[in-house]
Amino acid sequence: MTSSRSEPETRGATNLSAYSKDLLAELFRRMTLVREFELRAIAERREGLIPGFIHSCVGQEATAVGACLALQAEDVITSTHRGHGHLIGKGGDPRYMMAELAARSEGYCRGRGGSLHIADFELGILGANGIVAGGIPIAVGAALAFAMRDERRVALSFFGDGAVNEGAFHEAANLAGLWQLPVVFFCENNLYGEGTPQAEQAPIEDLARRAEGYGFPGVIVDGNDVLAVYDVTAEAISRARQGGGPTFIEGKTYRYRGHYEGDPQVYRPQEELDAWRERDAIQRFRERLIQSGQFDGEDLEAIEEDVADRLDQAVAFAQRGSEPAPEEALQGVYGDTHDGLVF
Amino acid sequence: MREISYAEAIREALQEEMKRDPSVFVMGEDVGVFGGVFGVTKGLLEAFGEERVRDTPISEAAIVGAGLGAAMMGMRPVVEIMFGDFLFCAGDQIANQVAKARFMSGGRANVPLTIRVTTGAPGSAAAQHSQSVESWFMNVPGLKIATPASPQDAKGLLKTAIRGEDPVLFFEHKMLYDTQGPVPEDESLCIPFGEAAVVRSGEDVTLVGIGGTVEKALDAADHLAAEGISAEVIDPRTLIPLDKETLIESVAKTSRVVITYEGHLRSGAGAEIAAMLAEQAIEYLDGPIFRVGARNVPLPYNPGLEAYVLPRTADIVEAAKRFW
Repeated sequence: MTSSRSEPETRGATNLSAYSKDLLAELFRRMTLVREFELRAIAERREGLIPGFIHSCVGQEATAVGACLALQAEDVITSTHRGHGHLIGKGGDPRYMMAELAARSEGYCRGRGGSLHIADFELGILGANGIVAGGIPIAVGAALAFAMRDERRVALSFFGDGAVNEGAFHEAANLAGLWQLPVVFFCENNLYGEGTPQAEQAPIEDLARRAEGYGFPGVIVDGNDVLAVYDVTAEAISRARQGGGPTFIEGKTYRYRGHYEGDPQVYRPQEELDAWRERDAIQRFRERLIQSGQFDGEDLEAIEEDVADRLDQAVAFAQRGSEPAPEEALQGVYGDTHDGLVF
Repeated sequence: MREISYAEAIREALQEEMKRDPSVFVMGEDVGVFGGVFGVTKGLLEAFGEERVRDTPISEAAIVGAGLGAAMMGMRPVVEIMFGDFLFCAGDQIANQVAKARFMSGGRANVPLTIRVTTGAPGSAAAQHSQSVESWFMNVPGLKIATPASPQDAKGLLKTAIRGEDPVLFFEHKMLYDTQGPVPEDESLCIPFGEAAVVRSGEDVTLVGIGGTVEKALDAADHLAAEGISAEVIDPRTLIPLDKETLIESVAKTSRVVITYEGHLRSGAGAEIAAMLAEQAIEYLDGPIFRVGARNVPLPYNPGLEAYVLPRTADIVEAAKRFW
């Protein structure tokens, strides 16, 4: 990659032997955890545990996990409405996530934020977001703080294909390019902005081309290949950390479920969904792990069982959680002696 | 006590806080080389360098959003939006992100962000450079709003804003920048939010002024005094939090109140104060609560038209005299 590139580069699969066994196992574990978390959350919503929206990322596990595992603990992310994968990727605890979805006091946001607003500053999760490009300028500001303090930390902003048509993306990308800030713009292009196909929302197919206008490289990656995502992101992070400025990564992927749970999905053909399921990120990675000879079926089943156990615990934790007292709604608006007061 | 201008007072607050705390920095359109379109940040670039005095593109959403991200990462940004009218370009970042970050995260996000912005009509700047939009943001929980009307308040409130942990919209009235006033040479001068100033004591009627209308209310009080009416002038100084007690105490004494503000009359800052007094102090009042604000039309360019639309001292005097 060079910063003078005008056409985005497309990156694909890599050889498994180049990665540590621990990393491969962790990629598989977290992708499985993301998928199963979503399926459990959807089921628990039907059961009545979860009162609010769920925008699931089933199908998009590889972009979230591949990108997050390329980050260091001290790096930060901003996330989106479809953010559960990012949070788990960055180390979020499924118990506090499920409790937040269930609107419990024990949740990440004490029941005040819900799925759309989960944050954990200790893990470098600066927040999911209900506004599609809303987190992008925030990531740029975090990167600015890192650059001003010479901290060699990186901010990575996740957003979807819909967000690159909102003004905040353009203002933030321009500023980051101008100041060469340590930020990675990670666009998960799942081909739909809510219910409208990407082709009807933007005049170009490859959104990574937008990077050129802001003076930094754009890269396209197979968003259903977790190792390719990991590699491309690691390279972008490394350049950002060394003062080389931003990168725009476009991970081409697909969501299997609706924009939100309950979306009738009248806007997309079944054949398209079926074709993407054939390229399922977790299934493909599972097969490659076994083919490599580094893992056998039992190894992976053990991971899957462990994930199921963690989710049983997460659901039980959420079920046991307490209902906040109504007047707790007044807390946490302000950070000083004005907190708890309504003016 | 020495006298300095409102603009100098703001500059002094910025200089002192930047010296005191390396995490304080300034960012906005033309704040560096240009020194601010009203000259407020003149000299800061030379004193603190371009790392901490950052000229930005004309990108209000990025300025505010980057301020938020930096604030959450432990910096204390003071960002400048050149005209209050331009706050709408950063609307999502202010109303959905900055204001709500702490609450949505269950109280975890710390947002020590100050947004300096100019407000009010400077004369023939027309409909997109003259508005007083304070009340738009009064409807957004999570923000604090300061409207200093004197050099001392400008300095003391700005220092409090910068040292605080919450986002503050800091409205500087353009017509006050050259106003001189006493400001103590005290680097610890921090004026708390939520404490109104009784700018002039009186017995017969309370005149509430906000930002640029405090001076007009004082002028009105002079006119009323000449006619034997003793007016008390109250400046809330911050709209969020609002010092209700001082307002209520004043009307308890005078039984009459005129609220004046430069924003449009309808749903302006004074509408909230009027509603609060109607709910909490109606028993003290001998008559209606009068409001004097800008007429509900966009601000015109022509000086005569503009003067007709904006609240004038004579309008305040006239409103007060309706009680007799």
